[in-house]
Amino acid sequence: MPELLYREALRRALDEEMARDPHVFLLGETIAERGGSFKVTEGLLARYGPGRVIDTPIAEASFTGMAVGAALIGCRPVVELLFIDFALLAMDPIVNQAAKIEFISGGRRRLPLVIRTQGGVGEGLAAQHSQSLEALFYHIPGLKVVMPSTPADAYGLLKSAIRDDHPVVFIEHKRLYALSGPVPEEETLLPLGKADCKRRGNDVTLVSWSFMVHRCLAAAGLLERRGIEAEVLDLRSLVPLDREALLASARRTGRVLIVHEAVRRGGVGGDLAATIMEEAWSDLAAPVRRLAGRNTPIPYSRSIEEVCIPAVEEIAAAAAELAAIGR
Amino acid sequence: MEPTAHDADEELPPRALLLEMYRHMLATRRFEETCLDFFRRGLIRGYLHSYIGQEAVAAGAIAALRSDDWIASTHRGHGHCIAKGADLRFMMAEILGRETGYCRGRGGSMHIASADLHHLGANGIVGGGIPLATGAALGIRVQGGDQVVICFFSDGASNNGVFPESLNLAGLFRLPVIFLLENNFYAVSTPVECSTGCCELAGRGPAYGVPGVCVDGNDAIAVWRETRRAVRRARSGEGPTLIEARTFRWGGHHANDPGQYVDPERLAYWKGRDPLALLGREIRDAAAVAAVASRVEAELAAAVEFALNSPEPAVEAFLAEIDS
Repeated sequence: MPELLYREALRRALDEEMARDPHVFLLGETIAERGGSFKVTEGLLARYGPGRVIDTPIAEASFTGMAVGAALIGCRPVVELLFIDFALLAMDPIVNQAAKIEFISGGRRRLPLVIRTQGGVGEGLAAQHSQSLEALFYHIPGLKVVMPSTPADAYGLLKSAIRDDHPVVFIEHKRLYALSGPVPEEETLLPLGKADCKRRGNDVTLVSWSFMVHRCLAAAGLLERRGIEAEVLDLRSLVPLDREALLASARRTGRVLIVHEAVRRGGVGGDLAATIMEEAWSDLAAPVRRLAGRNTPIPYSRSIEEVCIPAVEEIAAAAAELAAIGR
Repeated sequence: MEPTAHDADEELPPRALLLEMYRHMLATRRFEETCLDFFRRGLIRGYLHSYIGQEAVAAGAIAALRSDDWIASTHRGHGHCIAKGADLRFMMAEILGRETGYCRGRGGSMHIASADLHHLGANGIVGGGIPLATGAALGIRVQGGDQVVICFFSDGASNNGVFPESLNLAGLFRLPVIFLLENNFYAVSTPVECSTGCCELAGRGPAYGVPGVCVDGNDAIAVWRETRRAVRRARSGEGPTLIEARTFRWGGHHANDPGQYVDPERLAYWKGRDPLALLGREIRDAAAVAAVASRVEAELAAAVEFALNSPEPAVEAFLAEIDS
């Protein structure tokens, strides 16, 4: 299988969907000539022209709302919000408009809209460019939330998101754009709402998504040397949630550690933990645990930035503790 | 900038269009009176924002559109909906919370929308529809269509950030959108002179490369004429226009707001310029006006009967639809 970078896989998905459907167009800051701050849309202006790869002024509320309006008349816009932190400027069109429009029409309208954005700790980008805000969107009925961790997932899930008839918040991670990985040569769509078991194991389940999946995989490698077989379940999309896969893995290992980069307080992990305990209590050998970002804005300085989010060793240590309970 | 009224020697709308505008205005007036009555009797829940007094804006502006052109409306949106050709039965059913309404009782007064009518939707968020309308205009361009969009909003919404943002975007991309600012002089209870340092709201257009005009919003013919000009510009690729239509709401902000803050002299002045009476005088045909009135009464009676006899949404069916 050929290897692509995460950003190239995303670009391939956009390219294929734009070639396939003239209603797909791109809208966002600095995406056209410059190809986006993370180079995802590079080359698409030359292929599809300024009518379909559209640079906007810095006006998140309005250009996101414009994407909603275009979707309402039958286009399939893909709007890019440069940083998820900037999505906060567009919360009315996302939360009050996009998430509600289908519902308040009694299901008579469709809103095929993708909001692409990226989050997470980078390298010294500090408090307003490093947040992991998926819980905000996870909380809102009417939005799908997709967070791919690999180039293949980014490719297949973005294609499905664009073809989906409902609003999707598609959250990439700034530390993944340069990640290389195999992507099928033939066109492939991955369904939204299907988790992917990235590593099999029987002793403990590490549930994660986006960048933290890679730390979980690294932790699973450390655990293996200590004789612990960790399963790594990549949820890939938080809404819809693959409850079946989540609960099946929880029941099989009986021990679940949820790992996310977003701050722990009010994080998605809390909701997942409650779901597992409500549904699979009798099969659990230990309480569900969470390892998440510290409840703090992300600082600038190198010495204190990385400590704010779960490290590989911390994940391994927490998983080992879980695995030891009752044994 | 003084609002322009229509001039007697300028071209008038065709007679059939004049009568249609009148019918939409009268239907709106009578629909709103009926809704206010139902509200007082406890049949309508939530907020009800009456369009009485402003009927000429919706009717005059939408008369300049083709049926495949789009509109975006506001929380005070019944008049826009009726002028866009809505079926009063489905409107009344929605406002009474019935399964047969435009939104199957899920939306209510503030959320009526219909793709069939090319109505992007009323909006519960003041200013919320402005970027949506602008984006619909962009979508039309992506699709290679020649439709235009009228974005209705108010003096209140004009102070929200999305208005200058969207005005800038529409001017930049020369989008086929008409920003129709209904200046009714009050944002809930705040008079326009207490909400901005510059009350010449049409003047905000040129700052973004968008022509701004001010029109007498109680003069349906003047609104039609200005909108028609803006529609021609938009359809021929010359870009957006900002139209400030000065009008007045006769009631409070909503059905439960007595509006005591409104200066009684100002209200009396505007009531003396009743948009229905002004247009009725232009038609100069009592028989035709009477025929329109009897048609409106019959449609309204049918709408009320249809709505009152329609069921509310069933709980079981609703629960089966939602993801919980």
